[in-house]
Amino acid sequence: MSERLATGGRLVNRDTSISFSFNGRTLKGCEGDTLASALLANDQMLIGRSFKYHRPRGVVASGAEEPNGLVNMGEGARFEPNQRVTTTELFEGLTARSQNHWPSLEFDVGAINTKLARFLPAGFYYKMFIHPRPLWKHVYEPFIRQSAGLGQAPKEGDADTYEHFYAFCDVLVIGGGVAGLQAAHAAAKSGARVILMEQTAVWGGRAVVDGGTVDGAPVDNFVEQIVSELETMPGVTMRTRMTGAGVYDHGYALGYEQLRDNAPEKEGPRHRLWRIRATRIITATGAIERPLSFAGNDVPGVMLASAVRDYVVNYGVSPGDRTVVVTNNDDAYQTAIALNYAGLTVKAILDARVLAEDSPVMEQVKALGIRVLMGHGIAAVQGGKRVSGVTVCSQSGEGDVVEEIYCDTVAMSGGWSPVVHLWSHCGGKLTWDAGQAMFRPDVDKAPTGVDGAPFVTPAGAANGMMSLSEILSDAHSAGQSAARGAGFKPGSEKAPVGESGTEAPMMPVWLMPQRAPYKLRSKAWLDYQNDVKVSDVQLAAQEGFESVEHAKRYTTLGMATDQGKLSNINGLATLAGAMGAEIPQVGTTTFRPPYTPISLASVAGEARGDVFQPLRRTPMHDWHDSNGAHWEPVGQWRRPYAYVRSGETVADAVNREVLNTRQNLGLLDASTLGKIIVKGPDAAKFLDMMYTNMMSTLKPGKCRYGLMCSENGFLIDDGVVARINEDTFLCHTTTGGAEHIHQHMEEWLQTEWWDWQVYVANITEQYAQIAVVGPNARAALEKLGGLDVSAEGLGFMEWADGLLGGFECRVYRISFSGELSYEIAIDASRGQAFWDALMVVGHDLGVMPYGTETLHVLRAEKGFIMIGDETDGTVIPQDLGLNWAISKKKDDFLGKRAQERSHMTDPDRWKLVGLETISGAVLPDGAYAVGTGTNANGQRNVIGRVTSSYHSATLDRGIAMGLVLNGPDRIGEVIEFPGTAGATYRAKIVDPVFYDKEGEKQNV
Amino acid sequence: MSEPLSALNGASSSTGIVTVRELPLQGMITLRGDMGAPALKKAVKDAVGLKMPALGEALSDKGKTACRMSPDEVLLLCGYGEVAASLQAAQDALGNTHSLVVNVSDARAAFEVSGPFAREVMAKLCPVDLAPGRFEPGMFRRTRMGQVAAAFRMPAADTFHIICFRSQARYVFDVLRVAAQPGSEVNAF
Repeated sequence: MSERLATGGRLVNRDTSISFSFNGRTLKGCEGDTLASALLANDQMLIGRSFKYHRPRGVVASGAEEPNGLVNMGEGARFEPNQRVTTTELFEGLTARSQNHWPSLEFDVGAINTKLARFLPAGFYYKMFIHPRPLWKHVYEPFIRQSAGLGQAPKEGDADTYEHFYAFCDVLVIGGGVAGLQAAHAAAKSGARVILMEQTAVWGGRAVVDGGTVDGAPVDNFVEQIVSELETMPGVTMRTRMTGAGVYDHGYALGYEQLRDNAPEKEGPRHRLWRIRATRIITATGAIERPLSFAGNDVPGVMLASAVRDYVVNYGVSPGDRTVVVTNNDDAYQTAIALNYAGLTVKAILDARVLAEDSPVMEQVKALGIRVLMGHGIAAVQGGKRVSGVTVCSQSGEGDVVEEIYCDTVAMSGGWSPVVHLWSHCGGKLTWDAGQAMFRPDVDKAPTGVDGAPFVTPAGAANGMMSLSEILSDAHSAGQSAARGAGFKPGSEKAPVGESGTEAPMMPVWLMPQRAPYKLRSKAWLDYQNDVKVSDVQLAAQEGFESVEHAKRYTTLGMATDQGKLSNINGLATLAGAMGAEIPQVGTTTFRPPYTPISLASVAGEARGDVFQPLRRTPMHDWHDSNGAHWEPVGQWRRPYAYVRSGETVADAVNREVLNTRQNLGLLDASTLGKIIVKGPDAAKFLDMMYTNMMSTLKPGKCRYGLMCSENGFLIDDGVVARINEDTFLCHTTTGGAEHIHQHMEEWLQTEWWDWQVYVANITEQYAQIAVVGPNARAALEKLGGLDVSAEGLGFMEWADGLLGGFECRVYRISFSGELSYEIAIDASRGQAFWDALMVVGHDLGVMPYGTETLHVLRAEKGFIMIGDETDGTVIPQDLGLNWAISKKKDDFLGKRAQERSHMTDPDRWKLVGLETISGAVLPDGAYAVGTGTNANGQRNVIGRVTSSYHSATLDRGIAMGLVLNGPDRIGEVIEFPGTAGATYRAKIVDPVFYDKEGEKQNV
Repeated sequence: MSEPLSALNGASSSTGIVTVRELPLQGMITLRGDMGAPALKKAVKDAVGLKMPALGEALSDKGKTACRMSPDEVLLLCGYGEVAASLQAAQDALGNTHSLVVNVSDARAAFEVSGPFAREVMAKLCPVDLAPGRFEPGMFRRTRMGQVAAAFRMPAADTFHIICFRSQARYVFDVLRVAAQPGSEVNAF
């Protein structure tokens, strides 16, 4: 059994007890525990079930690489699945539940899959469920989804908050072990600004557990001293509980800081994503121990040797009473020594190597009386939910059992793999180190920055340096070289001298025993979480999945939430073996950020709730809101769609607003329309190029409606241009067009016509703009008093500056409704006051505000086009019968040449017409008209489509506009528009102007 | 004529780790032109009494400020009631020199963020190096704040003045309050 030892545990405080619950059972842990160490202290080795076979799974590691120990954490709005127990710090009241089993962790029906494993090999799903095709979607997938999947999805919205933080530094050091500390120190000594981050809560990494001396003193003294020195150095920012999640181009890196995961009761954000720009980045990310591939290596109780040591030394927890150590290197002997010192029994060390003489650590172990079997390994692990023993065999054979050893823990070590992930994220290449059987960074092929120089430097174990002395000197020079690369001059101080025992070379072991038969290979796990075994990878190779990327996807090796931190190297070595190739020829899969899973909410940062996205508000927004506005998003603006009164539907409100505006007086908040000032001696010439119309002939004081096309001839915007004086124009754009038309103008001025004397400025928001519309519009303005707004004083398509009711304003006599209409621009800070004044004077004149839908209906009744309805990026002005707005006199304008291309002048282009349903019903927006015959795909030929469709309250019938093949030549014809659910609409082609064709109403 | 209203009517909040308040309306004039030309320098001088700010610079004196927005654009700040006079002074100085002078006082909203954690709150929203020594009073920066365009300067230590578009004032105020939530000190500077 696993339990808390009587003494020891450098990270735990035994005086402070913490209660938590697992599967509803209340358990006790200590301050400083991880959830993993606390569970082990309570003899809870079994933590979950695997993905495919529902095999029992226990803790295998002690850090971020853990594949097995995943739990559903928390409850309600703080529930989160797949949380790693090895990186979860224990806190009072923590609740966790095991995953992926039914009905219980101890007894899981799904475990029948393991009995069927022979029939569920790699690629089983692909082969089995492909026929018959329709069954996949309706039968197989729902069933598999039900039985697969690890944690549950949260059911409530997240109660916590998250944020970003932008940070800048000369040297970013990722990893707070001895290498990261030393590298940061060396860099900071040069005066460089340094950020140092460590994913766990403590500085020092593995070295403190593994031992050794630095400058003659124990390594923990060194850590303590260098940390306190760094804390006082200027320009050094140090963060624990912050993971280097990703390294990107241009020295950009992400730091994932977990602020309250260890203390949920604290206020403030839960996670903070640091978005860091660093001139140089040092990856001091350490190394991860590899499992060995032997039969039953997934049984709970089989753990990494380093993890066994960590639990004893760091947490004072014994993973088991009787341990067998199995290894191919010297490092695992440290585990035997640590267990022995803790008073636990090490039954034997099975060392796959055969060495001519003992290394110092072997001698030490033997002196402690621990039995060592060289050239031996594990044939199979016995036990189901917990190791009960191992059978021993010769490593070189086929697994013939030479003896059985009863034990409850197996500590395995297959050697170490440097954590090269962050080095690789941005293109750093790897090289195969045959001596240590590891991929390590190829320092000649580093990720390079804008200057072509390497911007990432690996340091310490992450660089393949495995002894304390190598690690410290490598980290020191990495720190100095990064500082130099960032433009600083490192000092002359020397690296501290580390000392640890000399080790005998390791021996690569990819399968134990070497010639294990299928029976053993099919029980030798590579990927614990996704249930990929040695036999699966061999099957993939046999079936032709020879690329490591293909084999990965076929077998799902390394595709689980741990992204193969333990399984990748063993998997690709197995693949190489199956193909008779060398490991470097097979290569690795691609390492991609994030290094470990980060919360999606941290990526969103502050952008949720009220500030999910910016909403733009006009000066009258609050008035609209308190007067029944039914809102419509228009770009980032919110505009009132209609003002709904009590007892009304939205459609009722629109009909009321339409009729009232036609009969009395309507007010529209038109502030969102873009307003761009164009000024300079060449402004007229410039606008002649931007618009299809002639703008240079416009007289000051006058307005003209203009069309704007892209250089490909397509209509992109429209609006009224007012000439302010000889060299100044004010261009109105659509609501959605203000920013991009401003940008469009700047681009042409800056890149093509840079020598033209024109400046533009977007002054959209300087003004509140209010359209005063309807037969009583003039009377309302005259009641306000001031500016002469009579037919003679201010003619149609003229503008004037002046006072209205004491407000300084600019009045444009323009109409998008066909009614007598004035658009009045006023300083935004007085917009609401002016709106209020209009409501007062309009009271006796039947004033009502109207929204965007009424605007649409009014313009459609008049046959006016709307950008985005009648246009969709493929429509030219000629399609819309707007030839009158295309100047024939100008030599050039944007789009002119394009509009002369053969396709643009094709008489078969669909053209704008009005559409009236025979029944008076409203045509579905976007409906297609069908002609005779079928196309090459057997579909009915289409001859047109609806671009705008409304109920016209004025005409009390449905009206629509559409683009129809030869439309203007077919006035009076009836065409068919199939709708949904078998309905068909018959509509007559008519002139697009439905109301007041002569324009008498606006010309009064 | 009625009293002019700023976008949020002077909203303020000090429940978080900084104080956020909307500044009263101020006069803002955009001036575009060849900033090396003597007429442009004179226009800045005559309008707000300051010399032409260099790129990335904001010069202030006697309640008036000149901010360099881009190589060919400056933003002049003065009292809301002084705009007409400043505008006229600039126009007179410019004469026939090709340029654009326009009143944008109402197109913007302005906020003040102040307190010992002001730098940190700003650094949560703006991709700008705000460490002491890297951004100081006298400097001016156009950037992004959350999801919108913004510009800011430091009128004094631990104080930022932010300019944004008027329509986005509510978003900027709200996002600053979110970034300043209690318990969110970074302690990085």
